[in-house]
Amino acid sequence: MHFRHILSALGRHRIAVCLLVLEIAFSCAVVCNALFLIGARLDRMHRLTGVDEAHLVEVGVRSVAPGSPEAIMAQTRTDLAALGTIPDVASVSIINQTLFGDSFSGSGVGLSDAPNAPTITVTQYFGNAQLAGTLGLKLVDGRWFKPDEFVSDEQLEGGGATVPVIITRALAEHFFPGQSAAGKVIYAFGTNRVVGVVDRLVQPKDYGPAESYEYAMLFPVNLSYAQGAYLLRVKDASQRDAVIRTALQALKGDGPLRLVSPKNARTLEAARAKYYRNDRAMAWMLVGVCLLLLIVTAVGIGGLASFWVAQRRRQIGIRRAVGATRSDILRYFQTENFLIATLGIVLGMVLAYGLNLVLMLHYELGRLPGWYFPVGAVTLWIIGQLAVLGPALRASHVPPVVATRSV
Amino acid sequence: MFGYYLDLALRSLRRNKALTALMVLAIALGIGASMTTLTVLHVLSGDPLPGRSGSLYYPQLDPRDGHGYLPGKTEPMDQMAWIDGMNLLQAKRADRQALMTGGDAAIQPENGAFDPFYEDMRFTTAGFFPMFGVPFEYGHAWGEAEDDAHARVVVISSQLNDKVFGGGDSTGKTLRLDGSAFRVVGVIGDWHPNPNFYDLNRKNYNENEGVFLPLSTSQDLGMAHDGSVDCWGNGGSGQAPDHDSPCAWLQFWVQLDSPAKVAGYKEFLLHYAEQQKALGRFQRPPNVRLRNVMQWLAYQQVVPDDVRLQAGLAFGFLLVCLVNTVGLMLAKFLRHAGELGVRRALGASRRALFAQLLVESGVVGLVGGAGGLLLALAGLWLVRRQPAEYASLAHLDPMMLLATFLLALGASLLAGLLPAWRACQVTPALQLKSN
Repeated sequence: MHFRHILSALGRHRIAVCLLVLEIAFSCAVVCNALFLIGARLDRMHRLTGVDEAHLVEVGVRSVAPGSPEAIMAQTRTDLAALGTIPDVASVSIINQTLFGDSFSGSGVGLSDAPNAPTITVTQYFGNAQLAGTLGLKLVDGRWFKPDEFVSDEQLEGGGATVPVIITRALAEHFFPGQSAAGKVIYAFGTNRVVGVVDRLVQPKDYGPAESYEYAMLFPVNLSYAQGAYLLRVKDASQRDAVIRTALQALKGDGPLRLVSPKNARTLEAARAKYYRNDRAMAWMLVGVCLLLLIVTAVGIGGLASFWVAQRRRQIGIRRAVGATRSDILRYFQTENFLIATLGIVLGMVLAYGLNLVLMLHYELGRLPGWYFPVGAVTLWIIGQLAVLGPALRASHVPPVVATRSV
Repeated sequence: MFGYYLDLALRSLRRNKALTALMVLAIALGIGASMTTLTVLHVLSGDPLPGRSGSLYYPQLDPRDGHGYLPGKTEPMDQMAWIDGMNLLQAKRADRQALMTGGDAAIQPENGAFDPFYEDMRFTTAGFFPMFGVPFEYGHAWGEAEDDAHARVVVISSQLNDKVFGGGDSTGKTLRLDGSAFRVVGVIGDWHPNPNFYDLNRKNYNENEGVFLPLSTSQDLGMAHDGSVDCWGNGGSGQAPDHDSPCAWLQFWVQLDSPAKVAGYKEFLLHYAEQQKALGRFQRPPNVRLRNVMQWLAYQQVVPDDVRLQAGLAFGFLLVCLVNTVGLMLAKFLRHAGELGVRRALGASRRALFAQLLVESGVVGLVGGAGGLLLALAGLWLVRRQPAEYASLAHLDPMMLLATFLLALGASLLAGLLPAWRACQVTPALQLKSN
């Protein structure tokens, strides 16, 4: 094509060309970053927990009039036994904090008990001997707790006893990079010897720096129902709602006046959906903005192109009269649009990169991966070509006879 | 003259309906998106207690041990330990002061009229009510005498009053909390500070506690604490904070009515921190802050990141829409260059043409603004259906309504400037000749 002719023609419309380039550049910058943000949200929503989410349900029970600790503990044993007899339940346990819950329980943990030793905050799960099996955790190093290692809440927090601990692989790699953590000692509640490492377990909710999401500790603690929630693992995922109903009935029918409500019972899958609902809403909003932005850009391109076509009717007629074919005219406008879009995309890439830097300053966000640039470029090229197609087709249908008319 | 320009503008806009519609649509989309997000931002960053918040201050101390302390950089703790809270409370150096924390307890029916349920509570000293200007529908707050006597009295919200007692004046009635009987002394009227500035550990928006009772009484009965607990050193785990543990879990607010008193109180806090260090309780050099409500909210970054991101995104969108409108307007004005040439030839000044073209873009802006308003209303309706806790607050107030039209008008005039200037550059003779 005759790039030089197109360029000199564009030179006569400098302001309009600049506007188009700016518009394409801005939308390229925003769309690239918005797509990146959508990707980041999706990654976040698909983080694994390391537990068997599809088969877990939790049921919280609260006391109305607190009784003696012994009575509450006895009631807990009764409850666990009753829940264990529900036909579809594979195993029952009790856990101090629920995944995707509202609260976060954690401790400062370090490799020394000196007062000035550096510590990091690590979330702590307490539960009885069935907890690891109910959650479906996978042991990758060391062993599970022995039956005689389970203590009470007071014994653990008193710090006097040396309670063993199981930690996650991520935490093990943080504290003991390149070594086996089993047998090593960490300082959380007094002195705690690591007896095992599980593949993965995460914080109940995001807390602290992003890498600490995969840091977790598991302590052998027998809890009462007042200190946690019942966790049930069902054999068949389709039976989860039925199990919740049966469990609520069993808990209500048994024991003193307590708060047993469907509001405190949920599947882990529902909890996950609720936890990430804001991310999902944000991702959809970003999708909406991207679509609108591309539509507005297309409208702008199409609007200006049809103005140019109307303005150049005579010139087009003359070109047709001196031998240009319809497809020549069509290609002329398409090439013109391609040139403008390319200018806009080049500027847009620079802007996208700058915008990403600004976003990185203010939000916890990574660097825009390189492959977003070609994807954004191709998208805008396609949009530009589609938008200009209508006016360009109209231009190609301008009859040569226009050249001979005065208006 | 303005009327004539308006007439010309309407004629010109009508002549080229498609182009006009595109411009109006672009402005409407941009305005709709920005106003939706701006309204949410406006609602979320509003003043929870207008007129009063300027004199309410949140003192912060730093009782932690030396580890991790960076002089001048480390911020003090966000909450108070029991000992410090009680010391500052009893010093009474402010015009008013209150020490408080969150909790919850089971509310039981007197005679099985309803199922027991858990309610959020606020355990506080008596200064809370006069300091925050809490209005009362029935009865009154408790006083310092009740605080000192560890009295079993409660103030309840009107929602809870409706739920438990079926509304009406319930003062003197009995409410059973965690098995203990309390006498209702007051029912709070319509009072919903947004955000819930006095304790940001709780849900921040649109939710008040149903029950308020003296802090001293709650500690006697060992009622459950609900909120964040920050411990330092080899302290307790913070599951059940007690009075001696090195944990911060209380909020302390003061009212200071004049700048001199603010300066005096800051001096007092520094003095207190020095004294505690001399006693060996504090390890760090005095590290105190005294922020008022709005400063405290800004420091705590109460407005969610997502909302700010959305607002930024919407303004980026508006920018693209504006550039788009500039381009379309340029096309439109230049298309009528012939007419402009005729008017110039007949004696109209450049300034007059410029004014006329700006009126035309202003009309586009106003129509676009009306469309944008409809889109913003639809957008806010969508926001209200979102799961976020602030969702139900997203409504357009008169100020934002005005802002919508000002933004639309300003944006369209801005968009009209360049094309109008460009169109005024036409040489009348050339235009007349070419036709």
